[in-house]
Amino acid sequence: MHKVLRPRHGLARLKLAEVWEYRELMFFLAWRDILVRYKQTEIGILWAFLRPFITMVIFTVVFGRLAKLPSANLPYPVFALAGLLPWQLFSTAFSEAASSIVGSGQLVSKVYFPRLIIPISATFSVLVDFLVSSLMLAVLMIWYGVRVSASIVWLIPLTALCMLAAIGSGILFAALYVRYRDIRHILPFIVQFGLYISPVAFMSTMIPAKWRLLYSLNPMVGVIDGFRWALFGGTNVIDMPAIALSVALTVVMLIGGLYYFRNTERLFADII
Amino acid sequence: MSSTLISANGVGKQYFLGADPFGTLSLRDRITDVVRSAFRSRPPAASRDFWALRDVGFDLRRGEVLGVIGRNGAGKSTLLKILSQITEPTEGEVNLYGRVSSLLEVGVGFHPELSGRENVFLNGAILGMTRAEMQRKFDEIVAFAEVEAFIDTPVKRYSSGMYVRLAFAVAAHLEPDVLIVDEVLAVGDAAFQRKCLGKMESVASQDRAVMVVSHNMSIVTQLCERVIWLDHGTMVRTGATREVVGAYLAQGSTSADTWSPPAQGDEPLQLHSVSILRDGGTTGDIAGDEPFEIVFDYSIVAPLAPGRMAILIGDTNGTAILTSTSTDKMPALREPWRPGHHRAYCRIPGNLLAPGRYFITVAEPLEGGGDTIHHGALAITISEQNSLASRDGRHGVIAPLLEWREEDAT
Repeated sequence: MHKVLRPRHGLARLKLAEVWEYRELMFFLAWRDILVRYKQTEIGILWAFLRPFITMVIFTVVFGRLAKLPSANLPYPVFALAGLLPWQLFSTAFSEAASSIVGSGQLVSKVYFPRLIIPISATFSVLVDFLVSSLMLAVLMIWYGVRVSASIVWLIPLTALCMLAAIGSGILFAALYVRYRDIRHILPFIVQFGLYISPVAFMSTMIPAKWRLLYSLNPMVGVIDGFRWALFGGTNVIDMPAIALSVALTVVMLIGGLYYFRNTERLFADII
Repeated sequence: MSSTLISANGVGKQYFLGADPFGTLSLRDRITDVVRSAFRSRPPAASRDFWALRDVGFDLRRGEVLGVIGRNGAGKSTLLKILSQITEPTEGEVNLYGRVSSLLEVGVGFHPELSGRENVFLNGAILGMTRAEMQRKFDEIVAFAEVEAFIDTPVKRYSSGMYVRLAFAVAAHLEPDVLIVDEVLAVGDAAFQRKCLGKMESVASQDRAVMVVSHNMSIVTQLCERVIWLDHGTMVRTGATREVVGAYLAQGSTSADTWSPPAQGDEPLQLHSVSILRDGGTTGDIAGDEPFEIVFDYSIVAPLAPGRMAILIGDTNGTAILTSTSTDKMPALREPWRPGHHRAYCRIPGNLLAPGRYFITVAEPLEGGGDTIHHGALAITISEQNSLASRDGRHGVIAPLLEWREEDAT
């Protein structure tokens, strides 16, 4: 074998093959995150239930009862939870990925492996939470007697799309965070803001037509609406243009994030 | 199978200090910078920069153990980071012809909540071992670290010795083409250190190569055939261990009888000087039977937990002849030290050291435990005059005058 180390100029190559080579490490890091999460607190697994549950209850009271928002002929709790699940998957995976490099100072300064592994593996442990929370949705649907639509199989590609959006934006912000440490303050704001401009508590049909396009620039609009359509069908229509926008924006963010990350990567060990 | 594993040419690394494009900024500052530069009439002030490494080149072949020595800040760790692909060189190039594994710190990635077993797999994966490899070597690793009984308890319950042994054991069982080790040999007790050294040596004998960075000249002399000496980022000298280590030790010491340490900072113990004291103030080489004292002149300016001074006398090959600490025989220094100006004397009896040139390394205690070690602070020469060793050409590293007695056996 022959590898040359020399100063790199210009646009970095993505070198995704190397990430594949180190895939075992990626799974080990994800496994470590999951183990640590569930070993540390007794609440551990319970938290994966509690968080979406409590949020759903609050939403039901505030938006369902007080504001009386329409919920596509579904019981409001089910409507809200079905939107919360993909949203929390995205927001948690994004936050974990964005803070992963800065939080792995020792690894970055002492060992070599493609740094892309760090934010990507950070999103895997969130998938576990997602699966646990889905059980709760299943229970709720049974409780309210809501029937599942035949399109439920589409949940899988939609979940994949959601993860890709989180990974793409997470990678971009992970690199930005290493360079600009005050991003730390922006991250929670992005998540907060995102919750209110995504159709978690409300239906997308409520958005006036002239704002529809701008609104759909949020990739999670397509994902969350798609989730509800896949689960329940009925008055939840799938808005194909919105889905197409989601996919396109996710791809752009992913590629942009990858390139920015790879170009900033060479400085990580020097800055951290 | 190529014989050269690493080939480096003209390697340099530059770090930028001050206002620069690559330090951490706040996004806010960056934005204001960009806006300001649109209005700026003259170019911004040049940033201060410094070269941590400049024009470093060497070859590393199979079966070789190469040492890297130099003072703190000489660029040794930077060189290792470049070879380990952790940071990029600013100029020059490095050619790697084999797999490189680096041990820059023991226990990288260890998590206190996970058990020893889990951490072995995690650490192994981080260092580049596949899962199959680790399963195969698991028992060996645990046996090497001597922690079989505790392998399933969380690592946060381990003693520091156990922690470090386990961490090193994982790294010691890597099988790369090149193993790079940075000062991690200073772990564990003497018995374990011997085991680690043995492992390093066996790596080299298996037709792989090792690069070692260390301040410990005994280890460097024992392990390495060739040494690179770095100072302020450049290669001062490379060559056979003996010569380079000898030159390195010689440049640190003074030929005068008194040595003053560099600035002490805020330490509670301020060391003023270390000097050689001889009866009657004699000068020149020390006779073989002449005793002398090493005098520490110091002041205690703030409370300090019990510590001790130490000396190490070594020869020109870097071999340690003897070590002695003040607490070996002076109980008073074990109590919390009294403030004021003091002197501590270590007496080296005559008829002990063989003729030759020696370097004296001294250690002064730091607040909070630990010491600062000053290599080769002083140099002395023991002459052949009145030395037992010069009589009838006898051998030996030391030349003591021993008691013999005789009695009737009938």
